[in-house]
Amino acid sequence: MNYNVDEKGYYGVFGGAYIPEMLYPNVAELKEQYLKISEAPDFQKEFKDLLKAYVGRPTPLYFAQRLSERYQTKIYLKREDLCHTGAHKVNNTIGQILLAKRLGKNRIIAETGAGQHGVATATVCALMGIECIVYMGELDIKRQAPNVARMKMLGAEVRPAQSGSKTLKDATNEAIRDWINNPVDTHYIIGSVVGPHPYPDMVARFQSVISEETKVQLMEVEGRDYPDHVIACVGGGSNAAGLYYHYLNDSRVNIIAVEAAGKGIDSGASAATSALGKEGIIHGSKTLLMQTPDGQITEPYSISAGLDYPGVGPMHAHLFRSKRAEFISVPDQEAMDWGLTLSQMEGIIPAIETAHAFAVLDLRSFGPEEVLVFNCSGRGDKDLNTYIDYFKL
Amino acid sequence: MNRIDQKFQEGKKLLSIYFSAGHPNLEDTVPVLKELQKAGVDLIEIGLPFSDPLADGPTIQQSSTQALRNGMTTEKLFSQLENIREEIHIPLILMGYFNPMMQYGIERFCSRCAQIGIDGLIIPDLPVDVYQEEYKSLFDQYGLYNMFLITPQTSEERIRFIDRVSKGFIYMVSSASVTGAKNTFGSEQTDYFKRIAALQLKTPTLVGFGISNAKTFTAATEHSFGAIIGSAFIKFLEEKGVGEIDSFIKSIR
Ligand SMILES: Cc1ncc(COP(=O)(O)O)c(C=O)c1O
Repeated sequence: MNYNVDEKGYYGVFGGAYIPEMLYPNVAELKEQYLKISEAPDFQKEFKDLLKAYVGRPTPLYFAQRLSERYQTKIYLKREDLCHTGAHKVNNTIGQILLAKRLGKNRIIAETGAGQHGVATATVCALMGIECIVYMGELDIKRQAPNVARMKMLGAEVRPAQSGSKTLKDATNEAIRDWINNPVDTHYIIGSVVGPHPYPDMVARFQSVISEETKVQLMEVEGRDYPDHVIACVGGGSNAAGLYYHYLNDSRVNIIAVEAAGKGIDSGASAATSALGKEGIIHGSKTLLMQTPDGQITEPYSISAGLDYPGVGPMHAHLFRSKRAEFISVPDQEAMDWGLTLSQMEGIIPAIETAHAFAVLDLRSFGPEEVLVFNCSGRGDKDLNTYIDYFKL
Repeated sequence: MNRIDQKFQEGKKLLSIYFSAGHPNLEDTVPVLKELQKAGVDLIEIGLPFSDPLADGPTIQQSSTQALRNGMTTEKLFSQLENIREEIHIPLILMGYFNPMMQYGIERFCSRCAQIGIDGLIIPDLPVDVYQEEYKSLFDQYGLYNMFLITPQTSEERIRFIDRVSKGFIYMVSSASVTGAKNTFGSEQTDYFKRIAALQLKTPTLVGFGISNAKTFTAATEHSFGAIIGSAFIKFLEEKGVGEIDSFIKSIR
């Protein structure tokens, strides 16, 4: 089976471009150009140079000694939290801003939930001197004040999304509407492996630097370039796609995806799309999404704003449906506890999204010679207020 | 013959009205249809509400949200329309996003539409290519037309393709924008209307998006077969109520 996108833009039955005609020229242009542009040597050089000098790549592959001892297995962390701006999101925004420039666009729009992708977009726009507008749900603007301030400092305009439930999915709707209204000069930088083809593949490719580096780094320390398990949290699924990318078709590697169960899968307040979602269409992509029996998209919940999305990218829907990946979901409480555990055992304060992934260690047992690579997708600075409230720090 | 084709043979400038089913009140759907027919409207587009209408501006978004709050569902709409053909004789088109139709089951959806006497569908997020490949035969089987959109950005090559596969009419989006009322059209729009008219398409065109009054209606229909009013009608309905529909229609033409 093929786990990469096919020539029609599908992963198995998932994906495609279910977009209004108004967006057809933009998406068709992207589809035609994204590989031509991003595989050209001058693009690759500029991309790699920026990832190195500006983002700080390669990020370390860190052997977590104390954690490995406790769980009697070999645990490595891919340190995306050490990227400039504090998460993996910037790998994608660097790639897309270079693409936007080559497409001759002079106005950038983006959606953001927690604000991480918004900050990463505002950052690359500042770097390139391009106008930047970030749509953010009105509720999220209130919940994520420090990231709103960051975006403003970086010169971006933050526009509140006031429609629907006023969170990430509505911010995405607003960004799409903006693109419909500004079809010529604007590029839309989507923040995860979601949206119409070619976005899921394009974002996955920009994030694939994560597993590209992992292969080289593992070879050095383990004498083989693949681990037994790759483990990542999945909101839309971009950090996971990056870590899985070069292992998708390598059957020696077990893939584990961790979703946010929120207050519990059956609580009515969850973001565990693989457990609760059905096939449908969200933001231009056929994928699994949480919805009512009548096909209205429902509002997800997770304590981590970055996992609070009612769908998953089509690649992940396919990995789930084909059983290539194992999907588990982890409730708020366990994720928060893991935030504390990782801080106190390894001296790494993770983003709450990231913390979800580590709960796998309590749910599965691994042999002493097995090699696990966790994607440490982001750092916890942005979540300090949530940690403070939760642990009464 | 499909009622839509019949309508286009009348040779006058057609007025089509869009409204969200179940808005302002859940049970307004049928009264609105009756008043529109009485007022002399030529076609009606019944909006099936969706939680995430990404091609729509604030007015239709809000009416859609309100309709859902009122309890509108796909099944509810079909039951409201069950006997509609006893009273409504003009073409009826359902307009909605694809996800609720998928959940209802596309074949079941088409079959209910045919049974009720719906003439066609407009599904903004179902691209013409996917329709052709996966759903066309089903729609044909149930005698349903599926209408497609074109915009000022659509290339001539694609317009020609859409024209070849279209039945009923082509929905000409007036400008690069989501739905919403405008007060005037500029020369850019007029040029676009003329450019499309000059293509001499086999399928007639109706202009939609941004039409709100007699002035925009006249401008839009000068080079097309008619025009569609949505947001301006919905606003009116919210403010004045079902009883005043006639005065709105009379103010347009
Ligand atoms: C640190 C971190 N990890 C993970 C995510 C989830 O996104 P994705 O699933 O696309 O990696 C986010 C999103 O904001 C994030 O900030």
